Amino acid sequence: MLEIRFHGRGGQGTVLAAKMLADAVLRSGWGECMAIPEFGVERRGAPVLAYARISKETIRVRARVYAPDAVVVLDPVLAASPAVLAGLKPGGIVIVNSEKTPSAGRRWRWLAIPAKAIARSHGLGPRTAPMVNTAMCGALVAALEVACLPSLEAAVRDAVPAKPEENVAAAREAYSLARRRLHAAA
Amino acid sequence: MRKALMGNNAAAAAVKLARVEVVSAYPITPQTQVVEALADMKASGEFPGRFVRVESEHSAMACLVGAAQAGARTFTATSSQGLAYMHEMLHWASGARLPIVMADVNRALGAPWILWTDQTDSLSQRDTGWLQFYCSTNQEILDSLLIAYRAAEALLLPVMVNYDGFTLSHTYEPVDVPAQEAVDRFLPPLNYQYALDLANPRAFSALPKPKEYMRLRRRMAADMDRATVTVAAIEDEFARAFGRRYAAVEPYRTDDAETLLVVSGAPASTALEAVDRLRAEGLRAGSLRIRQFRPFPAAVLRAYAGRERRFVVVDRNFSMGHHGIFCEELKSALYGVKGRPKVFGTVAGLGGGDITVELLEEIWRDADAGRLDEREPLWMEDAR
Repeated sequence: MLEIRFHGRGGQGTVLAAKMLADAVLRSGWGECMAIPEFGVERRGAPVLAYARISKETIRVRARVYAPDAVVVLDPVLAASPAVLAGLKPGGIVIVNSEKTPSAGRRWRWLAIPAKAIARSHGLGPRTAPMVNTAMCGALVAALEVACLPSLEAAVRDAVPAKPEENVAAAREAYSLARRRLHAAA
Repeated sequence: MRKALMGNNAAAAAVKLARVEVVSAYPITPQTQVVEALADMKASGEFPGRFVRVESEHSAMACLVGAAQAGARTFTATSSQGLAYMHEMLHWASGARLPIVMADVNRALGAPWILWTDQTDSLSQRDTGWLQFYCSTNQEILDSLLIAYRAAEALLLPVMVNYDGFTLSHTYEPVDVPAQEAVDRFLPPLNYQYALDLANPRAFSALPKPKEYMRLRRRMAADMDRATVTVAAIEDEFARAFGRRYAAVEPYRTDDAETLLVVSGAPASTALEAVDRLRAEGLRAGSLRIRQFRPFPAAVLRAYAGRERRFVVVDRNFSMGHHGIFCEELKSALYGVKGRPKVFGTVAGLGGGDITVELLEEIWRDADAGRLDEREPLWMEDAR
C-alpha cells in the first residue's frame, strides 16, 4: 500500500488532487484507492491537508495517514514547514510546486515541479493564484507510476469544474516533466 | 461500474436507483452533499421524484410522514442536531408504520460547536422505533439504502442508515453502482396497503384507548423482533443479486479468538487490519462488526459468547452517567448467559478523533491482558 499526504491551502483544490489520483488509479486498473480530506473549518487560504491510499488489495484502514510514502506540496510557502516532512518514510518522495530544484537530501527524494508556471501557461485560475492541482497530480502519478496517461486525463477531465482540456494539458505537461526529471535522476 | 465516489455520492446514487418519489431534506454538514446532489439531479431531470424544500429537519420528516401516508416512497438525510430536531417526528413515522428511509451522517452533538463524527446523534434515537444500520464502506451505504427500502416496506417500519461523517461521507473510494434494471428487479415499486385513498376515506393515527395503544405497540414490538430474520433474508437475496453479502453481525477471524474487538461503522473496517497485525504476532485476535443496532442482534451475538472469551467494545458514542452505548447493549444481550464472557468497554474517537490501527491494537492488548475493568469505561485516544 502507498500512502500520500497533500499539503495545500483552502481554494487550491487540494482535496480534488487526492481525488484525481484515486480516480486515475481506479480507471487504470492498477488497484484500489481512497482519497481522504482532512476537513477543518473550510476557509480560503488556510492550510489544508488531504490524504490518499492506493493498494493492489482492498483498503481497510480508515484513518488519517501518519507515515506517508509521498508528500505533495501545492503551496511552496508551506514547503518550509516541518509538518511537511513529519512521518515521511525513509526513501519517500517530496513533490513540491517550485521553480527551484531543491538541494538533494539523503533521506528522501525531492522533485520540484514548476506547477505555477504550467498552470499559468494553460490559463488555469487567476494569474496571481493559478490552480496548480492538476499539474501536481500529473507529477505525482508519474512519480508513483500508478496510472497510465489516458486514465489520468480522464480523471482530470471528470473532476475539474472548468477548462477541462486546459487542465488535462497541464496534468500531461507536469507528468512528462516529472518522468524526464526522475529518469535523469535515476 | 466502479466509480470513485464519496459516501454522500453513494447515498444520492442509491436514492435515484431506488426510484424514490418524494425527498424532503434540510442541509447540514456533513450531509449537505446528499441534498445538493439530489437537488442537482432534480434540476437536470435525472431524478424524476419530488424534491420538497423545507425550513427545518422537523418539517422534512413531517413532509415525509404525509407523503408516505399517501403511499409514496420517501427519503431524507440529516446529521447531528438536525436529527435531534427531527426527534418527535421520528415517533410519528414509526408509530404510523410508515416505511420511510433516512440516511444519518453521524456527527457529534454540540455544545461545543463540532463538525466531525460520532454516533451519539443516531444512538440517541434508539427508542424511536426505527431500524438502524451502521455502514463501514461507501459501497455499503449504497447497498444498505436499497436493502433498507425492502426491509422498511416488508415490515412497515422506518429505517435509518448511518455512516461516519467525513470518514465515509467525504472520502472517495470505488463504489460499484448497479444497473437500474438490476435494482428494479430487487426493489419493485412500493404498494403501500394503507395509503390515503380519496375513494375510501379513513382517519390515521387518531386517539386510541389505552388498551388499543398497548396492543398496537405490542404488534410493533413483534414486527421489530422479527426484523432480524426478515432483514437477513433480504440480505441473502441482495447477495444473490449483487454478489455482496451483509449481516447483522459480521465476524472476522473469530473461530479460535480469545479476545474480540467489537466495533461498528468505519472503524470496524480498520479493526480488520488491527486483527491481522495481531494475528501476525501469533495472538488470538478477532473482531465482530455490529452492523445492525435496532433491532439489536442479541441472539446472534450470544452465539459468539464463550467462557474463555473476552469482548472489548470500542464505542464512538457515550451515554453520560453510564457507558458506551454498544457496550451496554452487548452486556444486556449477554445477561443470563451461563459462563458469559467478560465485556470491557472503551470510548474512543468522540467528535471525530482518529481511531487508528495502532489504537485498536492497544485496546485489544489491554483487554487481552485483563488490564481493563468491566465496571468502568476506559477513554482511549491516539496520542498523535
